[in-house]
Amino acid sequence: MNIHEYQGKQILKQYGVAVPEGHVAFSPEEAVKAAKELGTDVVVVKAQIHAGGRGKAGGVKLAKNLDEVRTYAKELLGKVLVTHQTGPEGKEVKRLYIEAGSDIQKEYYLGLVLDRETSRVTLMGSEEGGMDIEEVAANTPERLFYEEIDPVVGLTGFQARRMAFNMNIPAKLVNKAAKLMLGLYQAYVDTDAAIVEINPLVVTGDGQVVALDAKFNFDANALYRHQNVMEMRDYDEEDAKEIEASKYDLSYISLDGNIGCMVNGAGLAMATMDTINYYGGTPANFLDVGGGATAEKVTEAFKIILSDQNVKGIFVNIFGGIMKCDIIAEGVIQAAKEVSLNVPLVVRLEGTNVELGKKLLNESGLDIVAAGTMAEGAKKIVELVG
Amino acid sequence: MSVYINKDTKVLVQGITGSTALFHTKQMLEYGTKIVAGVTPGKGGTEVEGVPVFNTVQDAVKATGANVSVIYVPAPFAADAILEAVDADLDMAICITEHIPVLDMVKVKRYMEGKKTRLVGPNCPGVITPDECKIGIMPGYIHKKGHVGVVSRSGTLTYEATHQLSEEGIGQSTAVGIGGDPVNGTNFIDVLKAFNEDEDTYAVVMIGEIGGTAEEEAAAWVKANMTKPVVGFIGGQTAPEGKRMGHAGAIISGGKGTAADKIKAMNEAGIEVADTPSVIGETLIKVIKEKGLYDKCKTH
Repeated sequence: MNIHEYQGKQILKQYGVAVPEGHVAFSPEEAVKAAKELGTDVVVVKAQIHAGGRGKAGGVKLAKNLDEVRTYAKELLGKVLVTHQTGPEGKEVKRLYIEAGSDIQKEYYLGLVLDRETSRVTLMGSEEGGMDIEEVAANTPERLFYEEIDPVVGLTGFQARRMAFNMNIPAKLVNKAAKLMLGLYQAYVDTDAAIVEINPLVVTGDGQVVALDAKFNFDANALYRHQNVMEMRDYDEEDAKEIEASKYDLSYISLDGNIGCMVNGAGLAMATMDTINYYGGTPANFLDVGGGATAEKVTEAFKIILSDQNVKGIFVNIFGGIMKCDIIAEGVIQAAKEVSLNVPLVVRLEGTNVELGKKLLNESGLDIVAAGTMAEGAKKIVELVG
Repeated sequence: MSVYINKDTKVLVQGITGSTALFHTKQMLEYGTKIVAGVTPGKGGTEVEGVPVFNTVQDAVKATGANVSVIYVPAPFAADAILEAVDADLDMAICITEHIPVLDMVKVKRYMEGKKTRLVGPNCPGVITPDECKIGIMPGYIHKKGHVGVVSRSGTLTYEATHQLSEEGIGQSTAVGIGGDPVNGTNFIDVLKAFNEDEDTYAVVMIGEIGGTAEEEAAAWVKANMTKPVVGFIGGQTAPEGKRMGHAGAIISGGKGTAADKIKAMNEAGIEVADTPSVIGETLIKVIKEKGLYDKCKTH
């Protein structure tokens, strides 16, 4: 789960990380009021969307007076920003963050992420602030530094100082920067974050080390123990179908194609998409109904798949292990009746009670194309969709 | 022969009184797995399915000599259950539970350093040595005793591959599900090593998916050390970047962890990679025929 920049900064403040003063605004009037309260010569009007690259896409504006604040706020609210992280459809701006301007001397990069190879959280830092860190890693890897963190002792003072020196933070500010890193790590651990990025971290003219941006991504598996983080969830930023699916404990991801898929198991669901693609089709979604699917769950899954206007056909691919094929068949029949299915449906069943499942489908009177293998099913649905 | 588990393995079920655990305990007992104990704190002294229940893993081990544990404990408490199994010096702990917070697993991995216990999973279907011992949630009947080792990050995709092998009369020595989480216990290389050393395993099927670099590291290991043929499959060739595909570990981020990279590394290591999961069995059969191992692998 992601949150907005201003929410990330609220968290950081609690951990003693310096951030510029700012207020969230949902209208031009609120934006002007926020700027008045800040009372600084320059304020920054920042579009709040769950994607990076806002600056380059025109989502961050410097305003020198209240009229400019109003103009920029009007311009940005409701605008669809297209950045390298939003995809071509972009994201509509519904919130702004009005922030005091900073006297930036130099920009740096700081990030915390799980390193899967070492199974440790790793602090990353670079003098190359404000840039795409993947580009820095690819082009100038010698300018990106790492500190692997032992979960027993956490990020240590010497590691934080070493990082600050490696990043070429001015010597007299190294202790301030190190303290910020320790706060950042504590915030990461306390909220069960998956990624925290400060890009840029800046050194200001008055000798402060400040987080000018804040990107947080949280471990979905740990949200149950962080009510405060859950409350920051912005449903406007998420796919409506994905939200609906999550209510029924279905793992669903929207894709661009036209063949809806319903599968049990994440690996098989991915492989089903791949197989459709292999035979020249394009999957409309990833959908794992899980091991304990009921007829109700299958029905909901169908509704969600069909709520996608692009779907021209559905492929159900089930390997019933613990999950019995007759249960799936019942769910498919019930769903097809409830949603008055009007696109081709190919069903491949294998595993426990497969004969019973096939019999139920045959006798249902529904127009269902049966397939013996995953490949056969994929081929058939691709042909039917045309 | 087999790897990790066999007919003599004495199994302990952690969280045995939960509904999922109960269901699978029955299934495992029916398969012939020697389940000697269950653990649920507060339910010590009772019995389920004829299996004695204990309050702690330590008590269970003392009383029954259990050497492998299988964990069905709900996610918020699963990491603690793994620690308890490690503390009791079990040979192996197989964690079926999914959705364990990743920072819990970071601590578990740190705690396990230098300890005796091997962890398989979490978020995995378990381990099975056909006709001897089934530990986990996989359907027993799709497996057949034989000489092909299977190692995989995905549950249902493993069933798919194993089923194809069994249908073709190619049995399995052991099938190991290592799980779909970013931080797990046993990795591909651990299992490949075990299969390489197992005199009864003649060939291996390795099923990976997008995310991380475990497949690339395994491919490098195979190239340098493996004496037996390996075929593979990678799921997620059409997965978009930045989206978790069901499994917590199945995500392409920063251009890393793509299926294309993994397939390339595997091909370079001499691992033949099936185009679709429907032909994993076919691909293995083609390779073992080329190596003259088909007759040895054919079990009926």
